[in-house]
Amino acid sequence: MSDPVIKVEKLNKSFGANHVLRDFSVSLAKGETLAVLGKSGSGKSVLIKCIINLIEKDEGEIIVLGNDVSEMSQEELDSLRTRVGFLFQSNALYDSMTVRENLEFPLRRHWTKDQRERTAEGAVMEVLTDVGLAHTADMMPEELSGGMRKRIALARTLILRPAIILYDEPTTGLDPVTAREISHLIVKVQKKYDTSSIVISHDMHCINTTANRVVMLIDGRCYADDTYANLQQSTDPKIKEFFD
Amino acid sequence: MESPFRLNTQFFTETGDIARFALRFFKELFKRRQEYEEFLRQCFWVGYKSLPLVGITAFIMGLVLTIQSRPTLVEFGAESLLPQMVSVSLIREISPVITALICAGKVGSGMGAELGSMKVTEQIDAMDVSGTNPFRYLIVTRVVATTMMLPILSSLSNAISLYGGYLGVNIRGEVSWHLYWTQVFNALSFGDVIPSLIKTFFFGFTIGLVGCYKGYNSKKGTEGVGRSANSAVVVSSLLVFIVDLIAVQISDLLGLT
Repeated sequence: MSDPVIKVEKLNKSFGANHVLRDFSVSLAKGETLAVLGKSGSGKSVLIKCIINLIEKDEGEIIVLGNDVSEMSQEELDSLRTRVGFLFQSNALYDSMTVRENLEFPLRRHWTKDQRERTAEGAVMEVLTDVGLAHTADMMPEELSGGMRKRIALARTLILRPAIILYDEPTTGLDPVTAREISHLIVKVQKKYDTSSIVISHDMHCINTTANRVVMLIDGRCYADDTYANLQQSTDPKIKEFFD
Repeated sequence: MESPFRLNTQFFTETGDIARFALRFFKELFKRRQEYEEFLRQCFWVGYKSLPLVGITAFIMGLVLTIQSRPTLVEFGAESLLPQMVSVSLIREISPVITALICAGKVGSGMGAELGSMKVTEQIDAMDVSGTNPFRYLIVTRVVATTMMLPILSSLSNAISLYGGYLGVNIRGEVSWHLYWTQVFNALSFGDVIPSLIKTFFFGFTIGLVGCYKGYNSKKGTEGVGRSANSAVVVSSLLVFIVDLIAVQISDLLGLT
């Protein structure tokens, strides 16, 4: 079996007296979609922010694509981040820029000017078409609905063709129909772009649709690690309450 | 009510944080790969977009100062000294400080609110994960733009306020265009113009740095954004006066007054 693309070992993170993650370990294989399930405030988002080093860990080891993120210089980290996409819960679209400018923004740092002039337009239109919003290129984020913004945020994540995508509650705040559409879109882009993913969510439909494996984060620890179907059959009350 | 000890601790903690923020600014300033496009955009926003407000205020300031000063000078029979008095007051002190205060209100609060809103909506984090250094892109460009634009705005404000002074002189009296400007330039020396120009660089730096610091460290959602914008104006306005005080003392020590 090949090395995991993400390996987290005994991760600890606390904010003051609040111990969010305690000796948390998990790994993500290439091509796999792992869902992290837990209650609000259980540290799910902290986990993926530690993976991308947006939040510094207290203890433990985080290896992403063979690199220990805490040992990397800023330049190395910037380079690694081009291979790891992050979909924010709030979408985090730059509200002073058009959709096109939002999508071109990651390219400006990593592509040469010549590269951008030749291929940026094609790359932008391709990802916009993939998320079904080719007609919105010149619109401002404020003109889009919640579901459309989520799709644009996903398109921005895809534009650098990352090897890994981290989804932070991709369906939160959306109506059930749009949430289902987003879940199916995640599966679609996963196939097309051949990415490995971690999906943070407490939306059971999203987890069931997207994930090959589910990790349950309870009291800062990895409480269970299994397939959705097996966890659904569990008689453990702490697991059952998520499925009831 | 917060105890004086706690307030003191907060004050020193924040002063230390601003100093660290300034240090990081200088570290990032001399790195390669600067964001020139964003810098020019900020220059346009800080300089060009502030010009109408600065211009109108400067014009009124020159006009009002002249009208208000006339009766006192007439009382002493020194009406002919009006252009000299007005020009020295405007160039040395009033025009740079008022320009800086207007920019603290407009630019400082704008930066505090914009960056604060970007912070709470995770846009700054999004920049970070896309491999763009948000400090260099957002902070360095804004602070440098404010530092460069304030002297230009202040110089324009000087010229416009002196023009306002010319109209003010001619409301009650009659001084020709040529005579007015001759009197103005005769009254001014490099010791008046240069220190006043130099201090506007520091005003600009202070306004940019405080506005960016407050926005970049914004917390507690939308309430925090409002608070950042507000405290950016309050703190930078106060610091403008403190910088002015220090600049005047230095000019005095160097014998430029």
